[in-house]
Amino acid sequence: MGMTITEKILAAHVGAPSVRPGDLIDCPVDFAFANDITAPLAIQEFQKMGVDRVFDPDRVAFVLDHYVPNKDIASAQQCKVTREFVASHGLPHFFDVGRAGIAHVLLAELGYVVPGDVFIGADSHTCNHGALGAFATGVGSSDLAAALALGRLWLRVPETIRIVFRGRPRRWVTGKDLVLTVIGDIGVDGARYAALEFAGDTLAHLTMDERFSVTNMAVEAGAKNGIMEPDETTLAWVRPRARRPFTVYRSDPDAAYADVREYDAAALDPVVAAPSSPGNVVSVREAAGVRVDQCFIGTCTNGRLEDLRVAARILAGRRVHPSTRLLVIPATPAIYRQALEEGLLQIFLDAGAAVSTSTCGPCIGGHMGVLADGEVCVSTSSRNFVGRMGHRGSRVYLSNAAVAAAAAVAGRLVHPDEVVGETAAV
Amino acid sequence: MALRGRAHVVGDHVDTDIIIPARYLVTTDPAELARYVFEDLDPALRSRIAPGDVLVAGENFGQGSSREHAPLAIKGAGISCIVAASFARIFYRNAFNVGLPVVECREARGRVADGDELEVDLSAGTIRNLTRQETYTGTPVPEFMQRLLAAGGLVGYVRAELARRRA
Repeated sequence: MGMTITEKILAAHVGAPSVRPGDLIDCPVDFAFANDITAPLAIQEFQKMGVDRVFDPDRVAFVLDHYVPNKDIASAQQCKVTREFVASHGLPHFFDVGRAGIAHVLLAELGYVVPGDVFIGADSHTCNHGALGAFATGVGSSDLAAALALGRLWLRVPETIRIVFRGRPRRWVTGKDLVLTVIGDIGVDGARYAALEFAGDTLAHLTMDERFSVTNMAVEAGAKNGIMEPDETTLAWVRPRARRPFTVYRSDPDAAYADVREYDAAALDPVVAAPSSPGNVVSVREAAGVRVDQCFIGTCTNGRLEDLRVAARILAGRRVHPSTRLLVIPATPAIYRQALEEGLLQIFLDAGAAVSTSTCGPCIGGHMGVLADGEVCVSTSSRNFVGRMGHRGSRVYLSNAAVAAAAAVAGRLVHPDEVVGETAAV
Repeated sequence: MALRGRAHVVGDHVDTDIIIPARYLVTTDPAELARYVFEDLDPALRSRIAPGDVLVAGENFGQGSSREHAPLAIKGAGISCIVAASFARIFYRNAFNVGLPVVECREARGRVADGDELEVDLSAGTIRNLTRQETYTGTPVPEFMQRLLAAGGLVGYVRAELARRRA
């Protein structure tokens, strides 16, 4: 019996010829990171473990991304804990405001994660990195502390669910729509404890930016990791960035899957996840007409360059609706700089959007765009739980960047075709 | 190991944002976090919890964020154990890592009412409802998780592992 890509990576790491779903393994970790919310707790637990150094300073990163620039005294104190820990341990991979971006986008961009890695982060969207053919999973602060101390972590080998996409997606349909469609279909616990392996000829039509959006949201179906086999697009993206040698793994044709599901990507329209679950997925045409107070383009799910380019195509020569606010947050300084050079930021500013320095921003309701009671936001982020972006009476629709930009122009949820015209060249 | 307390019942898909909203993630103190636990779900729930009480939930409890602040807030409020039809993966790990036991039991769902007196046997995975004179069969807590709990959570477990390596 063959193995899936996930099983192969885990087996190679523990030096076993094979592993099977359900096995408990004590697994070496190639790289581990924490953010400004999870690091202070991890540091506290690490110190309680009675260890005086991290297992390998070159395989650990700390990224301040949620509450930076520090939003209040408490978050400043919190970030100081991480800054002091990094300084006292002489850790080289530390990213502070101005040089930081959203961890998942930044660490991939800088080549800290490579195909075949076991990559863990104290942030649930660490599964993002599976787009590179790595086993990447989100853990809590104690797990991260244990990995800092030992360079290893106990893991249960997951069953794999294979998701196969067929066909070329239509205009305005992106990786975000594919993954939301899957979550809407299998539910927010449809892949609980499992690996979600994405495959099919559709992937060849997706940019790396779109692929990251897909694996990023695997956790919203409850998955342990999302993963794709590397292809030429992946390798062309990885080679100039990789900081370490890497190994490409692919699933065997006779690998065993817990389930295989096929989707006709060519038949999809853009979708949104309506309040208050990422699994509450409907076509944007069904949700059209909902009045929108705020639109947000950013986050580890959709704050990448392709997202900004798509949004700019819709916003060029248009204005944000007078009763709507638009926030645009490039995910990393490099994306910010590239968007500047391509003139995208000019388009956003001309349209009346607020453009911010790289941070998670309003995604978690922490700062920079918190919603009031009764307000509605169309967001390119990954979660729309009750109170996620502010008041418990506020509501969030999750969408791709084109839908969020179109909603900002119209002041209500619309299909992007309605804003740019169905025949307009894009 | 048996735990005894009154039940507080919540529904399906209770997520980490509703357990402890991100606006309160600027502390790591369980007592401070506990002040805001479930604030957006039921602001009065916190005040009804007495030390040792048991939380009873539906499917996929703890979905969402990796924030360990979620089980810490629940533990800090005095909850001794969570019984749910199912748990989200990261929450499940985090709960044991901070020394908060959780038991998977579908049968308890819909049978337990707020205020019922429960006795939870972790190693057997059974829940006795003393108020209704019923017993529900869940999944025994895996031996590895019981070892984590016995060590007081992952910190204790790693300390022991490091001591073993040095010996």
